[in-house]
Amino acid sequence: MSDQNDAIRGGEFLIRPTEASDIFIPEEWTEEQLMMKQMTLDFVAQRIIPQLEQIENQQEGLVPSLMEEAGELGLVGSSVPEAYGGLGLDFKTTMLITEAIGGAHSFSVSFSAHTGIGTLPILYYGNEEQKQKWIPGLASGKLKGCYCLTEPSAGSDANSGKTKAHLTDDGKHYVINGQKMWITNGGFADVMIVFAKIDDDEDLTAFIVDGHAEGITKNPEEKKMGIKGSSTRQIFFNDVHVPAENLLYKREQGFKIAVNILNIGRIKLGGAVLGAAKDASTESIHFANEREQFGRPISKYGAIRYKLAEGAIRLYTLESALYRATQNIDDAIAALKSDGMEHGEATLKGIADFAPECAMMKVLGSEVLDFVVDEAVQIHGGMGYSAETRAELAYRDARINRIFEGTNEINRMLTVDMILKKAMKGEMDLMTPAMAVANELTGVPDFTSPSSDPFERQLSYVANMKKAILMVAGSAAQKLMMSLGKEQEILMNIADMAIWLYTIESTVLRVQKLAQQAGNTDELSIQMAIMQVYTYEASEWIHSAGKEALLSFAEGDELKMMVMGMKRFCKTEDFNTKAARQLIAQHLIEKNAYAL
Amino acid sequence: MKLLVCISQAPDTTSRIAFTNGNTEFDSSGVQYIVNPYDEWYALVRAIELKEKHGGTVTTLTVGEAGCDPVIRKALAIGADDAIRVDVKPTDAMQVARLIADQARSGGYDIILCGKETIDHNGAVVPAMVAEMLDCGFVSNATHLDVAGSQATLKREAAGGEEVVGIECPFVLSAAKGMAEQRIPNMRGIMSARTKPLAVESAESTSATAISQFTLPPEKGACKMVDADRPEELIRLLREEAKAI
Ligand SMILES: Cc1cc2nc3c(=O)[nH]c(=O)nc-3n(C[C@H](O)[C@H](O)[C@H](O)COP(=O)(O)OP(=O)(O)OC[C@H]3O[C@@H](n4cnc5c(N)ncnc54)[C@H](O)[C@@H]3O)c2cc1C
Repeated sequence: MSDQNDAIRGGEFLIRPTEASDIFIPEEWTEEQLMMKQMTLDFVAQRIIPQLEQIENQQEGLVPSLMEEAGELGLVGSSVPEAYGGLGLDFKTTMLITEAIGGAHSFSVSFSAHTGIGTLPILYYGNEEQKQKWIPGLASGKLKGCYCLTEPSAGSDANSGKTKAHLTDDGKHYVINGQKMWITNGGFADVMIVFAKIDDDEDLTAFIVDGHAEGITKNPEEKKMGIKGSSTRQIFFNDVHVPAENLLYKREQGFKIAVNILNIGRIKLGGAVLGAAKDASTESIHFANEREQFGRPISKYGAIRYKLAEGAIRLYTLESALYRATQNIDDAIAALKSDGMEHGEATLKGIADFAPECAMMKVLGSEVLDFVVDEAVQIHGGMGYSAETRAELAYRDARINRIFEGTNEINRMLTVDMILKKAMKGEMDLMTPAMAVANELTGVPDFTSPSSDPFERQLSYVANMKKAILMVAGSAAQKLMMSLGKEQEILMNIADMAIWLYTIESTVLRVQKLAQQAGNTDELSIQMAIMQVYTYEASEWIHSAGKEALLSFAEGDELKMMVMGMKRFCKTEDFNTKAARQLIAQHLIEKNAYAL
Repeated sequence: MKLLVCISQAPDTTSRIAFTNGNTEFDSSGVQYIVNPYDEWYALVRAIELKEKHGGTVTTLTVGEAGCDPVIRKALAIGADDAIRVDVKPTDAMQVARLIADQARSGGYDIILCGKETIDHNGAVVPAMVAEMLDCGFVSNATHLDVAGSQATLKREAAGGEEVVGIECPFVLSAAKGMAEQRIPNMRGIMSARTKPLAVESAESTSATAISQFTLPPEKGACKMVDADRPEELIRLLREEAKAI
């Protein structure tokens, strides 16, 4: 791996090349990590799936007791340091566990809310007494946590909440009044992280609230489209007395906590949806192999094979991007720790640096899952519409992922915003490469013939697509200046381009690394096909999004030049995607599973 | 109490079964191996339960090459204390039984627990051979095991009912469904597995038998549906076409 000074920072993928040797690929899990993944999958298969119906019906006490079982197995406290009763695993390994639990439908949401937003605010922002008091119980699953940020009038605009806190005259308690909405695990939580404004404060403060405190009342369970087994409540705080020492971190620093915890939640959501999508893909392959129409299994038909292959392509590319970003975060945490920073602070800082990637993985992951479950329903035909199948359940359960942890619109805007902020703070130099692209536009095109090495060729397309993004973002910033922040359609275009670019690059690097390790590509025909199809199709998407953006704000000769530049920068080689998808589908059909 | 559990690996039940070398060898390429379920779910878990109740140690013993180490570490993750691997490629039942007996003889084990069979070759004879070689008692297909002092009580399924068997330690058993329930290893177990001792022993071995050919079962034929109100047609088909009656 690169030495520390040279280590890649969040957002820098746009301006820096990465070497295959610098990324982690899922083929590098250790035997121990794979055993942890398998045991998590066993837990889901043996304890969750057989009880899905009872979970969906919210059978009293069932989810909390399953959470305790998961706690006994060590799953709940995997990211909590050993000093507080957890296992202290690195970020990447906890991501693998998140992925493995991702196929547990509603339970995955209850689990993630508890282990993530329900536990981490105390773990990372609590003082020593608060950590000693709450974390061991949360890490074992004996206490259940929830996170109360959203209010009826404060969703995406989370800092606008109306919940109030006021210190009693004796200074012993904060009295909280207000209403929270959409609170996952709200029905049974023992510990609530509640965000409220003290008196007339501008900004939120976070509190640790006993879930059974007097003055807390709840509406009945929300009737939801999916993840019906997860508890979701409106919670009312009526003069709830919270000991003053339960203020978390610092006054008016609640929003900072919320944002930093959400960074973790977002990339973890990417892991959970990866697991869910792998299951949905395997379900589709099973069904396609078994269902016969016109005398043959439907997996013999090209239209169905296309869907199976495309699902696998989206999954494989998501996985490549997700674990690349996850390893970057682990490396950043390790570097900060070796400089003497404490574990919790280093974790937050390392993740915050990669906040753009976290938002990108949330958007990408949730949309890949929606693609895969949508096609799963389609492949199942009428049975996909029947409540008897997992495909129908998966379809409904998937939809929430584009909404919570920050809607995908908010996360797209954040992606661009955070990268631009890094540039403005001088943390990364966007200007020099953007200027270089502008100069290249007016210069003589590069006519050197493409490399004979397939990976070098793919990476040259990647380098060019980075130029395309820099050209669009650079000229938009120049033309629109401060109003760019309000031009949401353009921000969406730029975010999409960045997400696809990152995913193409991660996939090429993964397959290149596999080829380097094997010394050849003999056994990599499926991976090569995935890489080539994805580069081909995503380069078209990038081209289209970039051109749309350009057409909205540029004009005249400059527009013409940039549109031509866009075409040049997004050019990839002609490639028979049909044959490649057939190859991928054949592999899936033979393995009768998403086996990559 | 000193307990020895014999563990072997077996292909995951979803593996594609194929043969190489003129159909004389199993094609292990791309095959995922698991702990043989009878060894893991019943023999190993019951041994661990007995240890938890009465104290003592659980050692696992495997005849196999280094490729078996992952399944051995899984057994350690579930709760065995240490493991022995006899570094020999297993080729037939007599060979494996002899190697197990040679290891077990000097170990002073109170009970040697085996699964009733492996789910690949389904030979189901190793446990009995081990008992014979060690000249001790043997209970096959045990569905229940309890121990008080040096006296054990076992249950085994018999035709039309159940037998309760008493036996003095040391003895050998083969475990069947019912003896215990599958246990998911916990994270701490997995993390401690790598620090538990796994002794690798070398040994000489010869096989009494050699596989001359494997064949796959015939492909499933097409399914014929017979109307529920035409049982005579069903009987005709069974008699004339399937020749089953
Ligand atoms: C099942 C479920 C579980 C949840 N669990 C929790 C929980 O445990 N804790 C918690 O605190 N919250 C939770 N939430 C709340 C969730 O985080 C919010 O629903 C989410 O942040 C969106 O807020 P909102 O629903 O108010 O939508 P709104 O913010 O009203 O958004 C409506 C639409 O407008 C768009 N939009 C909003 N602002 C902008 C903008 N500036 N520019 C462009 N578009 C915009 C959004 O993208 C969206 O498409 C949960 C929600 C659900 C449904």
